[in-house]
Amino acid sequence: MSEKISKNTVSHVASLAKLELTDKQLPYFTDQLGNIMGIFDSLNEVDTTDVEPTFSVTDQINVMREDIADNWGERDQLLQNAPDVADGLIRTPTIIDESGD
Amino acid sequence: MNFLNKDITSIHQSLVNGDITVEQLTKEAIENSKNNEKNINAFITIDEENAIKRAQEIDKRGINPDNLLSGIPVAMKDNMLTKDVLTSAGSKMLSNFKPIISGTAVNKMLDADTVSIGKTNMDEFAMGSSTETSYYGKTHNPWNLDKVPGGSSGGSAASVAAGDVLAALGSDTGGSIRQPAAFNGIVGMKPTYGRVSRWGLIAFASSFDQIGPLTNNVYDNALVLNHIAGHDEHDLTSSDKEVPDFTSNIDSGVKGMKIGLPKEYLGEGVSDDVREAIKSAADKYREMGADVEEVSLPHSKYGVTAYYIIAPSEASSNLQRFDGIRYGYRSENAKNLDQLYVKSRSEGFGDEVKRRIMLGTYSLSAGFFDAYFKKAAEVRTLITKDFQNVFQNYDLILTPTAPTPAFGLDENKDPLTMYMNDVLTIPVNMAGLPGMSLPAGFSDGLPIGMQLIGKPFDETTMYKAAYAFEKNTDFHKQTPKIGGDK
Repeated sequence: MSEKISKNTVSHVASLAKLELTDKQLPYFTDQLGNIMGIFDSLNEVDTTDVEPTFSVTDQINVMREDIADNWGERDQLLQNAPDVADGLIRTPTIIDESGD
Repeated sequence: MNFLNKDITSIHQSLVNGDITVEQLTKEAIENSKNNEKNINAFITIDEENAIKRAQEIDKRGINPDNLLSGIPVAMKDNMLTKDVLTSAGSKMLSNFKPIISGTAVNKMLDADTVSIGKTNMDEFAMGSSTETSYYGKTHNPWNLDKVPGGSSGGSAASVAAGDVLAALGSDTGGSIRQPAAFNGIVGMKPTYGRVSRWGLIAFASSFDQIGPLTNNVYDNALVLNHIAGHDEHDLTSSDKEVPDFTSNIDSGVKGMKIGLPKEYLGEGVSDDVREAIKSAADKYREMGADVEEVSLPHSKYGVTAYYIIAPSEASSNLQRFDGIRYGYRSENAKNLDQLYVKSRSEGFGDEVKRRIMLGTYSLSAGFFDAYFKKAAEVRTLITKDFQNVFQNYDLILTPTAPTPAFGLDENKDPLTMYMNDVLTIPVNMAGLPGMSLPAGFSDGLPIGMQLIGKPFDETTMYKAAYAFEKNTDFHKQTPKIGGDK
């Protein structure tokens, strides 16, 4: 895993993250991400045998509440932030476009 | 009027005495801020209309003599939801977003009758250490306009340092309150994880993010934390621990306090001036009756690396919600739904955000999860254990806040060099501990900050130690030239 990341991998990661990179951006990001990931391997110096991972530092675990539906009655205000609205619904482009990619 | 060298208590007294009304105070604060904006650009939005309306309401009700925050001008970082007021998080992605609610910390400041005059500039989605990644232009350091204010809460810190407001809220994921506080010569507190509700804070890395106050002095800082801390049913990670009055007995001194000075935090990469300032601070604490001894936090040096695996992973997940559908930026170049996601995100996010989303996506992807994410989470455990070991014998830890004073704007540091700027603050977030920065010296006219790290939920001891240091030094009394004479 110490090999520098390839353009293909960066391209793949970008598509997983729903990002597209231009031909100019791809080498730029590949280079930068490679440098950053270059330090990741230093963690191998650390012996973590039998060490539990920490994913959260809170002591609040499994906080429960009653499952009650609550209508905030703010649909119209919420829709004011939507980029495209029709008949009280959010409008998007066609989901499947045969002519697209 | 500017608030350079002013404190909340004395302004409160003027309001109670009727020397000035809240409306007058608010108008003068806004006028001063607008003048400063030409040089500093601390704000994304100055919310003149709402601020004055609010001030008039408070005048009508009358100043509550028992509430020091009543009528006090403040500012909010732009990643905190403010009802009906643009909340952009420094991003083009949210350049048209007006939330329908305010976040809990914002609401608590409103309940305390403060007057928010606006939303402060920040690195895009709080990702950065210089406020240079904002879509809304760079913020300049009031001490030297050619320097960065730090980040990501650079606008909040600069607004306080320039005397625009008496307090600002910031958020801190890896140092984003403390490092700008250090660069601006003010006091910044990142409370214990869970102390302040994150509800209504636009999430960056949810297991690190924490809201806290930036102020001119220690007492004001404790005062603001009093009001924003506490359990919130909307944030399941917020703690139900009792919130003490952080100002009570703040003047009780440091006699007998045990302070650890970790040798790893004064080593390579820390500039000579900064190292000297921290050593002098240690001597000052000894003089005041504390025991200061060298301690070791051996795994802290892996903090930056582990952080740049975990935080971008959390960010890549948190930022999936920005899809151009329900709110925020939508690309006009999309022909189908997938293109709508891809083009809205690619056009709406800046480079630093894209870098971190890709880093996180990579670290979480099949085949790398164990080697990267899980390994980093294990190292996080070791970093935390180091702190626990030291805190068995010590009350506080003293370190520099940042390795150097403010660096130059447009130095075009490569991302990795920039990330290293947070090497001394990140371990605190890794362990969920409280950390604060306060003025501890100067180097070529630029402020140096020192960091105090406390036990979980023991902000009280930190404030006492900070108050004692402030009382016995005059670093906090110096003010930048911008905004008028001292």
